[in-house]
Amino acid sequence: MTLDIRWPIGLLFSIVGLMLSLYGIFTRASTELYERSLGININFWWGTILVVFGVCMLIPAWRDSKKKT
Amino acid sequence: MHLIGLGWMDYTIMALYVAFVLGIGQALRKYMKSSNDFFLSGRSIPTWVTGLAFISANLGALELVGMAASGAKYGIATAHFYWVGAIPAMVFLAVFMMPFYYGSKARSVPEYLKLRFDERVRCLNSISFAVMTVFASGISMNALAKLLNQLLGWNYDVSLWICSGVVLLYVMKGGLTSAIYTEVLQFFMIVLGFAPVVYLGLRDVGGWGALKANLAQVAQHPATLALNDKAFQADAWTSAWKPLFGGAASNPMGVDIFAMVFGLGFVLSFGYWCTNFLVVQRAMAAKNMSAARRTPLIGAIPKMLLPVLVILPGMIAASLALTEKGGYRLPPVLVKDSAAMVAVGIVKSSPADAPAAVEAVTKAVGLKMNAAKVSAILAAKAGLTDDQIKARLQDAVAENDYDGVILSLVKKYCPTGLLGLALTALLASFMSGMAGNVTAFNTVWTYDLYQAYFVKNKGDSHYLMMGKCITVVGILLSIACAYFARNYSNAMDVIQLVFGFVNAPLFATFLMGMFWARATGTGAFLGLLGGMTTSALFHACTLATGNVPGIKGGYLAVVRFFPSEMAQNFWLASFAFAACLFLTVSISLVTRRTKTDGELEGLVYSMTPTKVEEDKVWIMRPAVLGSILLAGCVILNIIFF
Repeated sequence: MTLDIRWPIGLLFSIVGLMLSLYGIFTRASTELYERSLGININFWWGTILVVFGVCMLIPAWRDSKKKT
Repeated sequence: MHLIGLGWMDYTIMALYVAFVLGIGQALRKYMKSSNDFFLSGRSIPTWVTGLAFISANLGALELVGMAASGAKYGIATAHFYWVGAIPAMVFLAVFMMPFYYGSKARSVPEYLKLRFDERVRCLNSISFAVMTVFASGISMNALAKLLNQLLGWNYDVSLWICSGVVLLYVMKGGLTSAIYTEVLQFFMIVLGFAPVVYLGLRDVGGWGALKANLAQVAQHPATLALNDKAFQADAWTSAWKPLFGGAASNPMGVDIFAMVFGLGFVLSFGYWCTNFLVVQRAMAAKNMSAARRTPLIGAIPKMLLPVLVILPGMIAASLALTEKGGYRLPPVLVKDSAAMVAVGIVKSSPADAPAAVEAVTKAVGLKMNAAKVSAILAAKAGLTDDQIKARLQDAVAENDYDGVILSLVKKYCPTGLLGLALTALLASFMSGMAGNVTAFNTVWTYDLYQAYFVKNKGDSHYLMMGKCITVVGILLSIACAYFARNYSNAMDVIQLVFGFVNAPLFATFLMGMFWARATGTGAFLGLLGGMTTSALFHACTLATGNVPGIKGGYLAVVRFFPSEMAQNFWLASFAFAACLFLTVSISLVTRRTKTDGELEGLVYSMTPTKVEEDKVWIMRPAVLGSILLAGCVILNIIFF
């Protein structure tokens, strides 16, 4: 067979999401930064959503790889 | 547009994406053992992947940038490209045409034509497709390099060559599978990268209701935003059908309903989605026949919802520009440095109150200018430095750079972090556009040109090697086309024109080939040629009002004026389709068939026994799924009527 695409997708978005949400937490006091996004700490919230998405990709991929072995 | 400042976070996200994409290519290397693996992914890709890749191959620079541009210029009517154009075509492909593409075991669309007709038709199609796909790739890369230059200040040439280099690396290593995987990755990046921008924009504008109210004002006075010289009724930007019924003069696109439904909806859309190897190749990479048929249908589901992501930003931008929320205005076309220098010179040397001075300055800049602002510059010139004059001249430009709309929204709403994500999504879509086109190009070259005419009987590893080499050539040609494409601003209109020349007659050929056994090779060949010639002639003899004869048409004589370029394109397509259909039918009737009934089995509707549907679950049957999708489209059309 070939590389299961859910691995790179899941990994990329989990990593990026994690980075964004951590960055969001570290910069949460910066009103100037989030003035653009209407005062919402979009890095944190969207980063979290990305992590959820990434995990949703990784879980079935992990389960399928277990099934094969 | 001023430079945007990126933080380390943004660069990290971009670098991460590039690393992943190269890593995918590397990981796939060991699976590329045969030319079948390289060009067709060994026909082993899961259906959800081929489905997403199918629409993602098309979701390159042109879609994102062009759709937002059109959203600002024309409003929700742009959705016709999706709801009248793409979806019905995709359903038709899945239900009626895929059995012939997949079942004939053809390795490419031109190869199908060879099996069905003869070598001449295949040759014509493969050459024209090869040229067209390389052009599309070039336009994509040009937009990317321009963007990186304008936004980040990166050197145009460096960006172009480096991004092309990245694409080259992962396509050479992983072939079509690499391209497909990165296309799916790109799809998610685009959705997840732009959804927050759309969310923030919609929230900032005040929701759909406020958006509609603002756009009603825009529709009645589009000239205030330099969108259009005419005025329209209030729902012109938010109603997809009603303005069409009033005829070409009552909608900003300048098209009448026939041109829209037949020209765009039938001829151009079916011509693209049903015959363009770029997208069909992804369906051909599916595991089996039902997977191949389901591929376009699965792709159609997100495709139906894409207008929210790609067209809505344009409309939001128009609304923001009207209210000048936060000082926002539609991005103006950039003044070229050479023109700016000349203009600054004229400003300094003209007497402040000469009316001819305003005209002279405007002529030097070469764009439409706001006369009042130019006069103000002339009046104040004594106290201004050269740079200040230049900046004020730029500010006085009254022509919009529509391709810059989506970026201007990204700049407006994205703090660093999210900014990196959105820019990486754009980067991904541009690179993916090039990868998709290059993989289609190298397949058609290797199988339909090289193997068919030059070197016929070598072993498979020879063709695999050729495939890899031609990938390099394809990238170089794309780069050449990118430099050529630098001269056009709204990429969408130009692409529709090129596709019109080649595609419109093509669909007539396939339609006859797949559904009329009497169609002969000679008929198809001459019909195609005739259709393309008709396209060229039509373009040479018609012009959109307000355009100068030349590259926009009308250079032989102007037999007919059209209210807009889009109308000209749609009518061109209709005429070319009709010409090809007529020629194919009439010439086929007077020429002899070269293929026996037996040879046509699996290639023509009447010669192929209808298979019993192998799917046990009724909802997954292509016809059922297709009908549901069409119903969904009708509902969407009604909602935005």
